Amino acid sequence: MPVESVSLFWTASAFVILMMIAGIYCILATFNLTRALIGIEILMKAVTLLLIVVGHVTQHTALAQALVITLIVIEVVVMVAAGGVVLSVFRKNKTIDVRRLRNLKG
Amino acid sequence: MTMEMVLLLILLAATVWTVMTTRLLRAVIGLALTSVILTILMYRFGAPLAGVFELSVCAGLIPVIFVTTVSFTQRLTPEKLVVRKKERMLKFWFLPVLIVLVGMVLTQVHVTIDFPPVSPEALRTDPRAILWNLRHLDLVGQIAVLLAGVFGVVVFFKEDPSCR
Repeated sequence: MPVESVSLFWTASAFVILMMIAGIYCILATFNLTRALIGIEILMKAVTLLLIVVGHVTQHTALAQALVITLIVIEVVVMVAAGGVVLSVFRKNKTIDVRRLRNLKG
Repeated sequence: MTMEMVLLLILLAATVWTVMTTRLLRAVIGLALTSVILTILMYRFGAPLAGVFELSVCAGLIPVIFVTTVSFTQRLTPEKLVVRKKERMLKFWFLPVLIVLVGMVLTQVHVTIDFPPVSPEALRTDPRAILWNLRHLDLVGQIAVLLAGVFGVVVFFKEDPSCR
């Protein structure tokens, strides 16, 4: 494997890790459900970037693209379903602040 | 510094702005910006097909979903909530029966699909050949997931009949 490709892989991996930290921080630091969804979306983008970079480095871009397309389809459906859940939570509880959602507490 | 490095830096900056900004709509715009930059990176890394998907779906559709989620606010009184629960029970009583019936049918049906063979070179370079020949179970999963998404959209945009 060429040295440039290995270097690119490690550089991109560092950015992927930073994006994951940003996404996890977004989920942990907020009490707003919509913002938590944005955090999940950022995590998915980090995984997408990792797949594309690995495909580029290993010269298997076609396989990486097939996996990314599958990931994007799952991503959009997760977001639609989660958006519907957030909307239902708002309609039922008048809030999307997770600190005030006490209906499921045993 | 290469172009990829600059794009990666912009991508990270857009991500951090998305997380740190206080207003939700700005965060959604930052998310769309992140997707656009990721699309450019995909194109430069030799993945244009996935890039088109990313641009159209992640930079186009998902921000719309988020903006709709942010802007959809409807108040529901306790009386309306009780009526809605009753309506839901009436609508979905047949669901367990339907699940059992479809499960019984699926155990009896055996479908085999023979895709035309393609060259090993195409399997290495063409994502379409990979999707249709190597990973067709992914496509079945995608169809199932999309159907779930369609139902999600139906729930998302469903009107409350008691509000009319």
